[in-house]
Amino acid sequence: MQCQRDEVLAVDRVSVSFSGRPVLREVTFSLGAGEFCGLIGTNGAGKTTLLRTILGFQAPLAGRVRVDRASDQDGLPAIGYVPQKITLDSSIPVRARDVVALGLDGHRFGLSFSTKKRQGLVAEMLAAVGAEKFADQRVGNLSGGEQQRVLIAHALIRRPRLLLLDEPLANLDMRSAAEIASLLRRLSVEHRITVLLSTHDMNPLLPLMDRVVYLANGRAASGATDDVIRTDVLSRLYGYHIDVVRVHDRILVVAAEAPEEIPAAVEKYPAHVAQIP
Amino acid sequence: MRSLLSLIFEPGFFTSAPVHTAMIVGGGAAVVSGVVGVFTVIRGQSFAGHALADVSSAGGSASFLLGINPLLGFLGMAVIAAGGMELAGARLARERDLVTGIMLGAGLGLAALFLYFDVTTSSTTGAAITVMFGSMFSIPASIIPLALAVGVAALAVSGLLYRPLLLASLSPELAAVQGIHVRMIGLLHLLVLAFAVALAAMTVGAILSSALLIGPAAIAIRLTKRPGLAIAASVLAGLVATWGGIILAYDSFYWTPGHGWPVSFFIVSLIFVLYLAATAVRGHAGTEAAV
Repeated sequence: MQCQRDEVLAVDRVSVSFSGRPVLREVTFSLGAGEFCGLIGTNGAGKTTLLRTILGFQAPLAGRVRVDRASDQDGLPAIGYVPQKITLDSSIPVRARDVVALGLDGHRFGLSFSTKKRQGLVAEMLAAVGAEKFADQRVGNLSGGEQQRVLIAHALIRRPRLLLLDEPLANLDMRSAAEIASLLRRLSVEHRITVLLSTHDMNPLLPLMDRVVYLANGRAASGATDDVIRTDVLSRLYGYHIDVVRVHDRILVVAAEAPEEIPAAVEKYPAHVAQIP
Repeated sequence: MRSLLSLIFEPGFFTSAPVHTAMIVGGGAAVVSGVVGVFTVIRGQSFAGHALADVSSAGGSASFLLGINPLLGFLGMAVIAAGGMELAGARLARERDLVTGIMLGAGLGLAALFLYFDVTTSSTTGAAITVMFGSMFSIPASIIPLALAVGVAALAVSGLLYRPLLLASLSPELAAVQGIHVRMIGLLHLLVLAFAVALAAMTVGAILSSALLIGPAAIAIRLTKRPGLAIAASVLAGLVATWGGIILAYDSFYWTPGHGWPVSFFIVSLIFVLYLAATAVRGHAGTEAAV
Protein backbone atom coordinates (compact mmCIF):
# COMPACT_ATOMS: atom_id res chain seq x y z
CA MET A 1 0.00 0.00 0.00
CA GLN A 2 1.43 3.40 -0.95
CA CYS A 3 1.01 6.42 1.32
CA GLN A 4 -1.06 9.10 -0.35
CA ARG A 5 0.59 12.48 -0.99
CA ASP A 6 -0.29 14.04 2.33
CA GLU A 7 -0.74 10.83 4.31
CA VAL A 8 1.61 10.54 7.25
CA LEU A 9 0.36 7.20 8.61
CA ALA A 10 -1.41 4.33 6.89
CA VAL A 11 -2.47 1.23 8.84
CA ASP A 12 -3.67 -1.45 6.45
CA ARG A 13 -5.59 -4.53 7.64
CA VAL A 14 -3.27 -5.03 10.64
CA SER A 15 -3.90 -8.08 12.82
CA VAL A 16 -2.00 -8.89 16.01
CA SER A 17 -2.31 -11.94 18.26
CA PHE A 18 -0.76 -12.84 21.59
CA SER A 19 -0.42 -16.58 22.25
CA GLY A 20 -3.13 -17.28 19.67
CA ARG A 21 -5.53 -14.73 21.18
CA PRO A 22 -6.43 -12.04 18.62
CA VAL A 23 -5.92 -8.51 19.95
CA LEU A 24 -6.27 -6.52 16.73
CA ARG A 25 -8.29 -7.77 13.74
CA GLU A 26 -7.76 -6.19 10.33
CA VAL A 27 -7.46 -2.67 11.71
CA THR A 28 -7.40 -0.14 8.86
CA PHE A 29 -7.17 3.65 8.91
CA SER A 30 -4.94 6.45 7.68
CA LEU A 31 -4.04 9.91 8.91
CA GLY A 32 -3.10 12.97 6.92
CA ALA A 33 -0.62 15.70 7.74
CA GLY A 34 -1.68 17.84 10.71
CA GLU A 35 -4.68 15.69 11.67
CA PHE A 36 -5.55 15.33 15.35
CA CYS A 37 -6.94 11.88 16.01
CA GLY A 38 -8.16 10.20 19.16
CA LEU A 39 -7.59 6.46 19.56
CA ILE A 40 -10.52 5.52 21.78
CA GLY A 41 -11.27 2.28 23.56
CA THR A 42 -11.70 0.75 26.99
CA ASN A 43 -8.81 -0.72 28.95
CA GLY A 44 -7.61 -3.84 27.16
CA ALA A 45 -9.10 -2.82 23.80
CA GLY A 46 -5.67 -2.97 22.12
CA LYS A 47 -4.76 0.74 22.03
CA THR A 48 -1.23 0.27 23.36
CA THR A 49 -0.72 -2.76 21.10
CA LEU A 50 -1.72 -0.68 18.08
CA LEU A 51 0.66 2.12 19.03
CA ARG A 52 3.48 -0.39 19.61
CA THR A 53 2.76 -1.91 16.20
CA ILE A 54 2.99 1.50 14.53
CA LEU A 55 6.28 2.11 16.37
CA GLY A 56 7.63 -1.21 15.08
CA PHE A 57 7.94 -2.75 18.57
CA GLN A 58 5.26 -5.35 17.76
CA ALA A 59 5.27 -7.32 14.51
CA PRO A 60 1.77 -7.70 13.02
CA LEU A 61 0.47 -11.17 12.22
CA ALA A 62 -0.94 -9.76 8.99
CA GLY A 63 -1.22 -6.40 7.29
CA ARG A 64 1.26 -3.55 7.28
CA VAL A 65 1.97 -0.10 8.65
CA ARG A 66 3.41 2.68 6.52
CA VAL A 67 4.81 5.84 8.09
CA ASP A 68 5.88 8.83 6.03
CA ARG A 69 9.70 8.86 6.05
CA ALA A 70 10.21 12.31 4.54
CA SER A 71 11.43 13.83 7.80
CA ASP A 72 13.62 10.90 8.94
CA GLN A 73 16.79 11.91 10.76
CA ASP A 74 19.91 9.79 11.31
CA GLY A 75 18.13 6.90 9.61
CA LEU A 76 15.45 6.85 12.31
CA PRO A 77 11.75 7.13 11.47
CA ALA A 78 10.59 10.53 12.64
CA ILE A 79 7.96 9.37 15.11
CA GLY A 80 7.58 11.20 18.38
CA TYR A 81 6.31 9.02 21.21
CA VAL A 82 5.05 9.69 24.72
CA PRO A 83 4.68 6.40 26.64
CA GLN A 84 1.87 5.60 29.03
CA LYS A 85 3.77 5.88 32.27
CA ILE A 86 7.29 6.71 33.29
CA THR A 87 8.26 6.34 36.91
CA LEU A 88 10.83 9.00 37.66
CA ASP A 89 12.34 8.98 41.13
CA SER A 90 12.63 12.43 42.69
CA SER A 91 16.28 11.81 43.58
CA ILE A 92 17.41 11.25 40.00
CA PRO A 93 19.88 14.01 39.05
CA VAL A 94 18.23 14.87 35.75
CA ARG A 95 16.46 18.18 35.04
CA ALA A 96 13.46 18.62 32.80
CA ARG A 97 15.81 20.44 30.41
CA ASP A 98 18.08 17.35 30.23
CA VAL A 99 15.14 15.09 29.33
CA VAL A 100 14.20 17.37 26.43
CA ALA A 101 17.83 17.51 25.23
CA LEU A 102 17.99 13.70 25.24
CA GLY A 103 15.14 13.75 22.73
CA LEU A 104 17.48 15.55 20.37
CA ASP A 105 20.62 13.42 20.60
CA GLY A 106 20.06 10.73 23.25
CA HIS A 107 20.71 8.03 20.65
CA ARG A 108 24.19 9.29 19.85
CA PHE A 109 27.26 7.76 21.44
CA GLY A 110 29.76 9.87 23.35
CA LEU A 111 29.51 12.76 25.77
CA SER A 112 27.13 15.64 25.10
CA PHE A 113 28.46 19.15 24.76
CA SER A 114 26.20 22.09 25.42
CA THR A 115 26.45 24.10 22.21
CA LYS A 116 24.47 27.32 21.69
CA LYS A 117 22.47 25.64 18.93
CA ARG A 118 21.54 22.74 21.21
CA GLN A 119 20.63 25.07 24.07
CA GLY A 120 18.52 27.18 21.69
CA LEU A 121 16.57 24.20 20.36
CA VAL A 122 15.87 22.94 23.89
CA ALA A 123 14.79 26.39 25.10
CA GLU A 124 12.54 26.80 22.07
CA MET A 125 10.82 23.48 22.68
CA LEU A 126 10.45 24.12 26.43
CA ALA A 127 8.76 27.42 25.57
CA ALA A 128 6.49 25.72 23.01
CA VAL A 129 5.05 23.42 25.69
CA GLY A 130 5.04 26.04 28.45
CA ALA A 131 7.70 24.32 30.53
CA GLU A 132 10.25 27.13 30.99
CA LYS A 133 9.28 27.72 34.63
CA PHE A 134 10.27 24.25 35.76
CA ALA A 135 12.97 23.52 33.16
CA ASP A 136 15.73 23.44 35.79
CA GLN A 137 13.90 21.34 38.35
CA ARG A 138 14.53 17.64 38.87
CA VAL A 139 12.13 15.90 36.51
CA GLY A 140 11.11 13.46 39.25
CA ASN A 141 9.86 16.35 41.39
CA LEU A 142 7.40 17.61 38.76
CA SER A 143 3.63 17.04 38.83
CA GLY A 144 1.98 14.63 36.38
CA GLY A 145 0.88 17.45 34.06
CA GLU A 146 4.34 19.07 34.14
CA GLN A 147 6.01 15.75 33.37
CA GLN A 148 3.65 15.27 30.41
CA ARG A 149 4.70 18.66 29.01
CA VAL A 150 8.36 17.69 29.34
CA LEU A 151 7.80 14.33 27.65
CA ILE A 152 5.88 16.02 24.81
CA ALA A 153 8.80 18.44 24.33
CA HIS A 154 11.18 15.43 24.37
CA ALA A 155 9.09 13.76 21.68
CA LEU A 156 8.78 16.85 19.48
CA ILE A 157 12.29 18.32 19.57
CA ARG A 158 13.35 16.36 16.48
CA ARG A 159 10.38 17.79 14.59
CA PRO A 160 8.58 14.52 13.79
CA ARG A 161 5.59 14.56 11.45
CA LEU A 162 3.82 11.94 13.55
CA LEU A 163 3.31 12.09 17.31
CA LEU A 164 1.94 9.07 19.19
CA LEU A 165 0.79 9.42 22.79
CA ASP A 166 -0.32 6.52 24.97
CA GLU A 167 -2.94 7.64 27.52
CA PRO A 168 -1.34 11.06 28.14
CA LEU A 169 -4.42 12.26 30.02
CA ALA A 170 -4.59 9.33 32.43
CA ASN A 171 -3.88 10.22 36.08
CA LEU A 172 -4.30 13.95 35.38
CA ASP A 173 -6.92 16.11 37.06
CA MET A 174 -9.59 17.59 34.75
CA ARG A 175 -7.88 20.96 34.42
CA SER A 176 -4.46 19.49 33.59
CA ALA A 177 -6.06 17.05 31.12
CA ALA A 178 -7.83 19.91 29.34
CA GLU A 179 -4.59 21.96 29.24
CA ILE A 180 -2.54 19.08 27.81
CA ALA A 181 -5.25 18.32 25.20
CA SER A 182 -5.36 21.99 24.12
CA LEU A 183 -1.55 22.16 24.02
CA LEU A 184 -1.40 19.12 21.74
CA ARG A 185 -4.07 20.56 19.44
CA ARG A 186 -2.19 23.88 19.22
CA LEU A 187 1.13 22.14 18.43
CA SER A 188 -0.61 20.00 15.84
CA VAL A 189 -1.98 23.07 14.05
CA GLU A 190 1.11 25.29 14.40
CA HIS A 191 3.67 22.68 13.34
CA ARG A 192 1.38 20.56 11.13
CA ILE A 193 2.08 17.49 13.22
CA THR A 194 -0.17 14.46 12.92
CA VAL A 195 -1.26 13.43 16.42
CA LEU A 196 -2.62 10.00 17.37
CA LEU A 197 -3.57 10.02 21.04
CA SER A 198 -4.98 7.03 22.90
CA THR A 199 -7.46 7.53 25.72
CA HIS A 200 -10.23 5.63 27.43
CA ASP A 201 -12.19 8.88 27.95
CA MET A 202 -12.94 10.70 24.71
CA ASN A 203 -14.83 13.59 26.31
CA PRO A 204 -11.86 15.94 26.95
CA LEU A 205 -10.96 15.54 23.26
CA LEU A 206 -14.42 15.96 21.71
CA PRO A 207 -14.01 19.63 20.70
CA LEU A 208 -10.47 19.05 19.43
CA MET A 209 -10.50 15.85 17.38
CA ASP A 210 -10.47 15.89 13.57
CA ARG A 211 -10.89 12.13 13.51
CA VAL A 212 -11.41 9.22 15.81
CA VAL A 213 -10.29 5.60 15.67
CA TYR A 214 -12.57 3.56 17.92
CA LEU A 215 -11.29 0.15 19.02
CA ALA A 216 -13.57 -2.56 20.38
CA ASN A 217 -13.15 -6.33 20.40
CA GLY A 218 -9.96 -5.86 18.39
CA ARG A 219 -11.82 -4.23 15.51
CA ALA A 220 -11.65 -0.55 14.60
CA ALA A 221 -13.92 2.08 13.11
CA SER A 222 -12.40 5.35 11.98
CA GLY A 223 -13.61 8.64 10.61
CA ALA A 224 -15.03 11.94 11.84
CA THR A 225 -16.28 11.76 15.44
CA ASP A 226 -19.96 12.10 14.46
CA ASP A 227 -19.56 9.37 11.83
CA VAL A 228 -18.01 6.85 14.23
CA ILE A 229 -19.54 7.42 17.66
CA ARG A 230 -22.98 6.27 16.52
CA THR A 231 -25.30 3.54 17.69
CA ASP A 232 -25.14 1.52 14.47
CA VAL A 233 -21.35 1.71 14.06
CA LEU A 234 -20.52 0.82 17.67
CA SER A 235 -23.18 -1.93 17.79
CA ARG A 236 -21.52 -3.49 14.76
CA LEU A 237 -18.09 -3.22 16.40
CA TYR A 238 -19.16 -4.72 19.72
CA GLY A 239 -21.44 -7.32 18.15
CA TYR A 240 -24.47 -6.40 20.26
CA HIS A 241 -26.69 -3.36 20.70
CA ILE A 242 -24.97 -0.19 21.92
CA ASP A 243 -26.61 3.16 22.59
CA VAL A 244 -24.75 6.44 22.15
CA VAL A 245 -26.16 9.12 24.44
CA ARG A 246 -25.21 12.79 24.20
CA VAL A 247 -25.67 14.77 27.40
CA HIS A 248 -24.38 18.31 28.05
CA ASP A 249 -21.75 18.11 25.28
CA ARG A 250 -20.52 14.78 26.60
CA ILE A 251 -20.92 11.36 25.07
CA LEU A 252 -21.89 8.24 26.97
CA VAL A 253 -21.67 4.88 25.27
CA VAL A 254 -24.11 2.47 26.90
CA ALA A 255 -24.72 -1.25 26.49
CA ALA A 256 -28.54 -1.43 26.54
CA GLU A 257 -28.74 -5.21 27.00
CA ALA A 258 -26.50 -7.65 28.72
CA PRO A 259 -24.75 -9.75 26.12
CA GLU A 260 -24.56 -13.48 26.81
CA GLU A 261 -20.81 -13.32 26.71
CA ILE A 262 -19.51 -10.01 27.96
CA PRO A 263 -16.46 -8.96 25.96
CA ALA A 264 -13.29 -8.21 27.90
CA ALA A 265 -13.68 -4.59 26.89
CA VAL A 266 -16.77 -4.04 29.05
CA GLU A 267 -16.45 -6.65 31.77
CA LYS A 268 -15.43 -4.14 34.41
CA TYR A 269 -18.81 -2.39 34.20
CA PRO A 270 -22.22 -3.60 35.42
CA ALA A 271 -23.72 -5.70 32.65
CA HIS A 272 -26.94 -3.77 32.11
CA VAL A 273 -25.58 -0.23 32.22
CA ALA A 274 -22.17 -0.41 30.71
CA GLN A 275 -20.55 2.93 30.09
CA ILE A 276 -17.97 2.54 27.37
CA PRO A 277 -15.67 4.14 28.15
CA MET B 1 52.37 25.37 57.17
CA ARG B 2 55.08 22.74 57.42
CA SER B 3 53.94 21.79 60.90
CA LEU B 4 50.36 21.44 59.61
CA LEU B 5 51.50 19.14 56.80
CA SER B 6 53.58 17.09 59.21
CA LEU B 7 50.51 16.77 61.41
CA ILE B 8 48.50 15.33 58.50
CA PHE B 9 51.24 13.30 56.84
CA GLU B 10 53.32 11.21 59.21
CA PRO B 11 57.03 10.64 58.37
CA GLY B 12 57.71 8.51 55.30
CA PHE B 13 54.25 8.90 53.76
CA PHE B 14 55.49 10.37 50.48
CA THR B 15 58.42 7.97 50.09
CA SER B 16 56.59 4.75 50.92
CA ALA B 17 56.22 2.44 47.89
CA PRO B 18 53.13 0.63 49.31
CA VAL B 19 51.49 4.05 49.83
CA HIS B 20 52.25 5.02 46.21
CA THR B 21 50.68 1.82 44.94
CA ALA B 22 47.66 2.24 47.23
CA MET B 23 47.15 5.86 46.08
CA ILE B 24 47.31 4.91 42.37
CA VAL B 25 45.14 1.78 42.53
CA GLY B 26 42.74 3.31 45.07
CA GLY B 27 42.47 6.56 43.11
CA GLY B 28 41.73 4.63 39.92
CA ALA B 29 39.07 2.59 41.68
CA ALA B 30 37.49 5.75 43.13
CA VAL B 31 37.31 7.46 39.74
CA VAL B 32 35.80 4.45 37.95
CA SER B 33 33.38 3.70 40.81
CA GLY B 34 32.36 7.35 40.93
CA VAL B 35 31.40 7.40 37.26
CA VAL B 36 29.77 3.97 37.09
CA GLY B 37 28.09 4.39 40.47
CA VAL B 38 25.94 7.33 39.35
CA PHE B 39 24.45 5.31 36.49
CA THR B 40 24.05 2.30 38.78
CA VAL B 41 22.03 4.38 41.26
CA ILE B 42 19.93 6.01 38.51
CA ARG B 43 19.16 2.59 37.03
CA GLY B 44 18.22 1.19 40.45
CA GLN B 45 20.94 -1.47 40.22
CA SER B 46 22.60 -0.94 43.60
CA PHE B 47 21.73 -4.49 44.65
CA ALA B 48 23.19 -5.86 41.40
CA GLY B 49 26.37 -3.88 42.09
CA HIS B 50 26.62 -5.31 45.58
CA ALA B 51 25.96 -8.83 44.28
CA LEU B 52 28.63 -8.54 41.57
CA ALA B 53 31.10 -7.43 44.22
CA ASP B 54 30.28 -10.36 46.48
CA VAL B 55 30.42 -12.86 43.61
CA SER B 56 33.79 -11.42 42.56
CA SER B 57 35.14 -12.56 45.96
CA ALA B 58 35.02 -16.13 44.61
CA GLY B 59 37.45 -15.07 41.87
CA GLY B 60 39.61 -13.18 44.34
CA SER B 61 39.90 -16.19 46.67
CA ALA B 62 40.54 -18.53 43.71
CA SER B 63 43.41 -16.29 42.60
CA PHE B 64 45.13 -16.79 45.99
CA LEU B 65 44.74 -20.54 45.53
CA LEU B 66 46.12 -20.48 41.99
CA GLY B 67 48.77 -17.87 42.68
CA ILE B 68 47.62 -15.52 39.91
CA ASN B 69 47.04 -11.77 39.80
CA PRO B 70 44.10 -11.18 42.20
CA LEU B 71 42.65 -8.44 39.98
CA LEU B 72 42.27 -11.03 37.23
CA GLY B 73 40.38 -13.26 39.67
CA PHE B 74 38.01 -10.50 40.84
CA LEU B 75 37.51 -9.28 37.28
CA GLY B 76 36.92 -12.72 35.74
CA MET B 77 34.28 -13.72 38.28
CA ALA B 78 32.52 -10.34 38.18
CA VAL B 79 32.32 -10.44 34.37
CA ILE B 80 30.93 -14.01 34.43
CA ALA B 81 28.31 -12.96 37.00
CA ALA B 82 27.36 -9.85 34.98
CA GLY B 83 26.88 -11.96 31.85
CA GLY B 84 24.85 -14.49 33.82
CA MET B 85 22.54 -11.81 35.22
CA GLU B 86 21.87 -10.38 31.78
CA LEU B 87 21.45 -13.78 30.08
CA ALA B 88 18.90 -14.76 32.73
CA GLY B 89 16.74 -12.21 30.93
CA ALA B 90 14.70 -11.18 33.97
CA ARG B 91 12.71 -8.05 33.14
CA LEU B 92 10.58 -7.41 36.20
CA ALA B 93 12.33 -5.83 39.19
CA ARG B 94 11.28 -8.60 41.59
CA GLU B 95 12.37 -11.34 39.18
CA ARG B 96 15.67 -9.54 38.61
CA ASP B 97 16.30 -9.27 42.35
CA LEU B 98 15.62 -13.00 42.74
CA VAL B 99 18.14 -13.90 40.02
CA THR B 100 20.65 -11.49 41.52
CA GLY B 101 20.12 -12.94 45.00
CA ILE B 102 20.58 -16.52 43.78
CA MET B 103 23.83 -15.58 42.00
CA LEU B 104 25.05 -13.70 45.06
CA GLY B 105 24.49 -16.77 47.26
CA ALA B 106 26.19 -19.10 44.79
CA GLY B 107 29.17 -16.75 44.46
CA LEU B 108 29.67 -16.41 48.20
CA GLY B 109 29.37 -20.20 48.55
CA LEU B 110 32.19 -20.65 46.04
CA ALA B 111 34.23 -17.99 47.84
CA ALA B 112 33.75 -19.87 51.13
CA LEU B 113 35.05 -23.09 49.50
CA PHE B 114 38.09 -21.41 47.89
CA LEU B 115 38.96 -19.55 51.10
CA TYR B 116 38.72 -22.84 53.02
CA PHE B 117 41.24 -24.38 50.59
CA ASP B 118 43.39 -21.25 50.83
CA VAL B 119 43.58 -21.53 54.59
CA THR B 120 43.94 -25.32 54.84
CA THR B 121 46.33 -25.98 51.95
CA SER B 122 48.35 -22.84 51.39
CA SER B 123 48.56 -21.39 54.90
CA THR B 124 47.46 -18.01 53.48
CA THR B 125 45.57 -17.11 56.64
CA GLY B 126 45.26 -13.48 55.59
CA ALA B 127 43.48 -14.36 52.35
CA ALA B 128 39.98 -14.11 53.82
CA ILE B 129 40.58 -10.63 55.24
CA THR B 130 42.32 -9.42 52.07
CA VAL B 131 39.63 -10.74 49.72
CA MET B 132 36.65 -9.63 51.75
CA PHE B 133 37.86 -6.41 53.35
CA GLY B 134 40.93 -5.38 51.35
CA SER B 135 44.52 -4.76 52.28
CA MET B 136 45.66 -1.75 50.32
CA PHE B 137 49.18 -1.48 51.69
CA SER B 138 49.94 -5.02 50.55
CA ILE B 139 48.86 -4.55 46.92
CA PRO B 140 51.84 -5.46 44.71
CA ALA B 141 53.08 -2.65 42.43
CA SER B 142 53.01 -5.11 39.53
CA ILE B 143 49.21 -4.79 39.53
CA ILE B 144 49.25 -1.10 38.54
CA PRO B 145 49.42 -1.51 34.71
CA LEU B 146 46.48 -3.94 34.65
CA ALA B 147 44.48 -1.82 37.10
CA LEU B 148 45.00 1.29 35.00
CA ALA B 149 44.11 -0.58 31.80
CA VAL B 150 40.88 -1.88 33.35
CA GLY B 151 40.07 1.61 34.66
CA VAL B 152 40.72 3.33 31.34
CA ALA B 153 38.62 0.74 29.49
CA ALA B 154 35.72 1.21 31.93
CA LEU B 155 35.87 5.00 31.60
CA ALA B 156 36.08 4.85 27.80
CA VAL B 157 33.01 2.62 27.53
CA SER B 158 31.12 4.77 30.08
CA GLY B 159 31.91 7.89 28.07
CA LEU B 160 30.79 6.22 24.86
CA LEU B 161 27.51 5.03 26.43
CA TYR B 162 26.79 8.28 28.30
CA ARG B 163 23.73 9.57 26.40
CA PRO B 164 22.07 6.28 25.35
CA LEU B 165 22.62 4.86 28.84
CA LEU B 166 21.15 7.93 30.51
CA LEU B 167 18.07 7.84 28.26
CA ALA B 168 17.62 4.07 28.64
CA SER B 169 17.93 4.48 32.42
CA LEU B 170 15.11 7.05 32.44
CA SER B 171 12.83 5.06 30.13
CA PRO B 172 13.69 1.99 28.04
CA GLU B 173 10.68 2.78 25.81
CA LEU B 174 11.86 6.30 25.00
CA ALA B 175 15.31 4.90 24.25
CA ALA B 176 13.94 2.17 21.98
CA VAL B 177 11.95 4.75 19.98
CA GLN B 178 15.23 6.51 19.24
CA GLY B 179 16.70 3.28 17.88
CA ILE B 180 18.79 2.47 20.95
CA HIS B 181 19.41 -1.25 21.52
CA VAL B 182 18.32 -1.13 25.14
CA ARG B 183 19.37 -4.67 26.07
CA MET B 184 22.84 -4.26 24.57
CA ILE B 185 23.30 -0.98 26.44
CA GLY B 186 22.21 -2.72 29.66
CA LEU B 187 24.67 -5.58 29.11
CA LEU B 188 27.56 -3.19 28.41
CA HIS B 189 26.73 -1.24 31.57
CA LEU B 190 26.77 -4.47 33.60
CA LEU B 191 30.21 -5.31 32.17
CA VAL B 192 31.51 -1.84 33.07
CA LEU B 193 29.96 -2.34 36.51
CA ALA B 194 31.91 -5.61 36.78
CA PHE B 195 35.13 -3.72 35.95
CA ALA B 196 34.33 -1.12 38.60
CA VAL B 197 33.57 -3.60 41.38
CA ALA B 198 36.70 -5.63 40.56
CA LEU B 199 38.85 -2.52 40.96
CA ALA B 200 36.98 -1.52 44.12
CA ALA B 201 37.35 -5.06 45.50
CA MET B 202 41.13 -4.74 45.12
CA THR B 203 40.93 -1.54 47.15
CA VAL B 204 38.45 -2.05 49.98
CA GLY B 205 37.68 -5.75 49.52
CA ALA B 206 34.78 -7.49 47.87
CA ILE B 207 32.31 -6.98 50.72
CA LEU B 208 32.97 -3.26 51.05
CA SER B 209 33.40 -2.46 47.35
CA SER B 210 29.72 -1.64 46.98
CA ALA B 211 30.29 1.15 49.53
CA LEU B 212 32.82 2.74 47.18
CA LEU B 213 30.47 2.17 44.23
CA ILE B 214 27.20 3.41 45.75
CA GLY B 215 28.31 5.78 48.53
CA PRO B 216 29.95 8.57 46.48
CA ALA B 217 27.12 8.41 43.91
CA ALA B 218 24.52 8.69 46.66
CA ILE B 219 26.39 11.72 48.07
CA ALA B 220 26.57 13.35 44.63
CA ILE B 221 22.92 13.00 43.68
CA ARG B 222 21.96 14.71 46.93
CA LEU B 223 24.05 17.73 46.02
CA THR B 224 23.32 18.25 42.33
CA LYS B 225 20.49 17.80 39.86
CA ARG B 226 22.65 17.68 36.72
CA PRO B 227 23.90 14.29 35.52
CA GLY B 228 27.34 15.57 34.44
CA LEU B 229 27.90 17.41 37.71
CA ALA B 230 26.68 14.38 39.66
CA ILE B 231 29.39 12.25 38.04
CA ALA B 232 32.06 14.88 38.80
CA ALA B 233 30.89 15.20 42.43
CA SER B 234 30.77 11.41 42.79
CA VAL B 235 34.37 11.08 41.55
CA LEU B 236 35.49 13.85 43.92
CA ALA B 237 33.75 12.26 46.92
CA GLY B 238 35.30 8.89 46.05
CA LEU B 239 38.78 10.38 45.78
CA VAL B 240 38.44 12.32 49.05
CA ALA B 241 37.26 9.18 50.88
CA THR B 242 39.87 6.86 49.33
CA TRP B 243 42.93 9.09 49.59
CA GLY B 244 41.75 10.42 52.95
CA GLY B 245 41.33 6.85 54.14
CA ILE B 246 44.85 5.94 53.01
CA ILE B 247 46.31 8.96 54.85
CA LEU B 248 44.40 8.18 58.05
CA ALA B 249 45.31 4.48 57.92
CA TYR B 250 48.98 5.35 57.44
CA ASP B 251 48.84 7.84 60.31
CA SER B 252 47.14 5.27 62.53
CA PHE B 253 50.41 3.30 62.68
CA TYR B 254 51.73 6.22 64.72
CA TRP B 255 48.65 6.52 66.93
CA THR B 256 48.87 2.88 67.99
CA PRO B 257 52.48 1.89 67.26
CA GLY B 258 52.73 -1.23 65.13
CA HIS B 259 48.98 -1.73 64.95
CA GLY B 260 47.59 0.51 62.22
CA TRP B 261 43.90 0.32 61.47
CA PRO B 262 42.64 -1.00 58.14
CA VAL B 263 42.33 1.43 55.21
CA SER B 264 38.88 0.01 54.33
CA PHE B 265 37.52 1.12 57.69
CA PHE B 266 38.64 4.71 57.16
CA ILE B 267 37.38 4.85 53.54
CA VAL B 268 33.93 3.55 54.43
CA SER B 269 33.78 5.82 57.51
CA LEU B 270 34.65 8.89 55.44
CA ILE B 271 31.97 7.97 52.87
CA PHE B 272 29.45 7.67 55.70
CA VAL B 273 30.43 11.05 57.16
CA LEU B 274 30.28 12.72 53.72
CA TYR B 275 26.85 11.17 53.11
CA LEU B 276 25.54 12.56 56.41
CA ALA B 277 26.98 15.98 55.54
CA ALA B 278 25.39 15.90 52.06
CA THR B 279 22.06 14.92 53.58
CA ALA B 280 22.27 17.81 56.02
CA VAL B 281 23.18 20.26 53.23
CA ARG B 282 20.28 19.12 51.07
CA GLY B 283 17.88 19.18 53.98
CA HIS B 284 18.97 22.73 54.80
CA ALA B 285 18.84 23.96 51.20
CA GLY B 286 15.64 22.15 50.11
CA THR B 287 15.32 19.56 47.39
CA GLU B 288 15.33 21.99 44.47
CA ALA B 289 18.11 24.25 45.69
CA ALA B 290 20.82 21.88 44.51
CA VAL B 291 23.09 23.06 41.70
